[in-house]
Amino acid sequence: MATNWRLASRKRALETRAATINALRDFFRTRQYLEVETPFRIPAPAPESHIDTIPADGWFLHASPELCMKRLVAAGYPRVFQICHCWRAGERGRRHISEFTMLEWYRAGADYTSLMDETEALVTGVVRRVMKRRILTYQGQAIRLAAQWNRLTVEEAYQHYSGVSAEDALGEGTFDERMVRDIEPLLGHPVPTFLYDYPASRGSLARLRADNPSVAERFELYIAGLELANGFSELVDPAEQRRRFEAEEAYRRSIGKPPYPLAVKFLEELQDMPPCAGIALGVDRLVMLMHDTDSIDDVVAFTPEEL
Amino acid sequence: MYTVSDLRKGLTIAIDNEPYTVISFEFTKPGKGQGIYRTRLRNMLNGSIIDRTYRSGESLEQAILEQRTMQYLYHESGTYHFMDTKSFEQMGIAEDALGDAANYLIDNVSVEVLFFQDRPIGVNVPNFVNLRVVKSAPWAKGDTSSSDLKTVTLETGLQMKVPPFVNEGELVQIDTRTGSYVTRVKG
Repeated sequence: MATNWRLASRKRALETRAATINALRDFFRTRQYLEVETPFRIPAPAPESHIDTIPADGWFLHASPELCMKRLVAAGYPRVFQICHCWRAGERGRRHISEFTMLEWYRAGADYTSLMDETEALVTGVVRRVMKRRILTYQGQAIRLAAQWNRLTVEEAYQHYSGVSAEDALGEGTFDERMVRDIEPLLGHPVPTFLYDYPASRGSLARLRADNPSVAERFELYIAGLELANGFSELVDPAEQRRRFEAEEAYRRSIGKPPYPLAVKFLEELQDMPPCAGIALGVDRLVMLMHDTDSIDDVVAFTPEEL
Repeated sequence: MYTVSDLRKGLTIAIDNEPYTVISFEFTKPGKGQGIYRTRLRNMLNGSIIDRTYRSGESLEQAILEQRTMQYLYHESGTYHFMDTKSFEQMGIAEDALGDAANYLIDNVSVEVLFFQDRPIGVNVPNFVNLRVVKSAPWAKGDTSSSDLKTVTLETGLQMKVPPFVNEGELVQIDTRTGSYVTRVKG
């Protein structure tokens, strides 16, 4: 028995992980996406109320490669993807680890509905390739990937599962609590669920719906209660984006978070960005689904506690 | 003061002026939303279990528990009487507040009593205690066919499974953390 028997016991999970990453790359290659690498350490992260970055020598470790990826799209790269580590301070739990692996991709000309279609094709294709089947068994539940996936608006979800409107939940400050307690556990089985049309205040980089500006064109994918991906139609209006950044940054500072400089280059170049949609998918979570484990610790080689 | 990021199993916190110990907690976070800690807590005064939800950045009040060394004297009608070995002050603690510790209290033993705002709420007994077997079916010498454990009664009234060779009148060592037999002790 190896001295580090815990690490030795993760062999099958790490093989699934490697196969998953190969399958992801192949999916994007066949769809003419360019794989890119952007710096992990950045000077001006996108300010978000509930995402905290880790300071690194005066700059910050990125919580997502989003801003650099969008600068690429704006500079004339219409299809880009990246698989990279991201860092989020203070996020540690059964399904969270503060350094994790993200897949992000951006497609010019797409909106959030066509991105939902592509996400469905990606997940189904990767599971079929890695697991050699179309039914995923996760924590005792059979998830039918080949069936029609469910699409549910955030408003419908709050009304149906929590008995309040999303607006009221936001107003009384229970939006997140109701989401994790009443809604998330019920989403994504027996077929995956796209939850979409988030309240405008919950999509600071997303475009608002033209026919209903109270909601942002943002979606999240849930499979068996596990949140797997977050995507949206990108906001391409630099003035509006600047206003939202300033509002988020003002909130962050008001609650004592370290100040971020404004992401000036991103905002300047945003004016060149074509209509576009982008999405981030948690690779560790995807491996958790295929490895049938409810602990993210089981699918990484090392947890921070083991270093 | 703690913040929710200090949460761990066994942490003692105060809610509405009562001490609670953390049995379990889970960190969850909806995408782009606030981190939520769902906790399960045990009230250290009455043993009741509650679920509480906290948000990232919230603070928790620390339950300040005081520990005093006390000598166990005797018990009558559900109350266990102790004496502070420094002040010689005597005090009764209800059986409910003692939990499993009551099983290991023999006369004159010294234990650590936990206090919350001058109320005794529990007793820490040593990890290992020696207790005398007061009732046991005799073991037929040479009987090796029966490897099953047998149940004996110890001097505190606690019943316990021990190997068949343990006889009435003998001292046995008990691990109080698991409540299980460790070995026979001479004496």
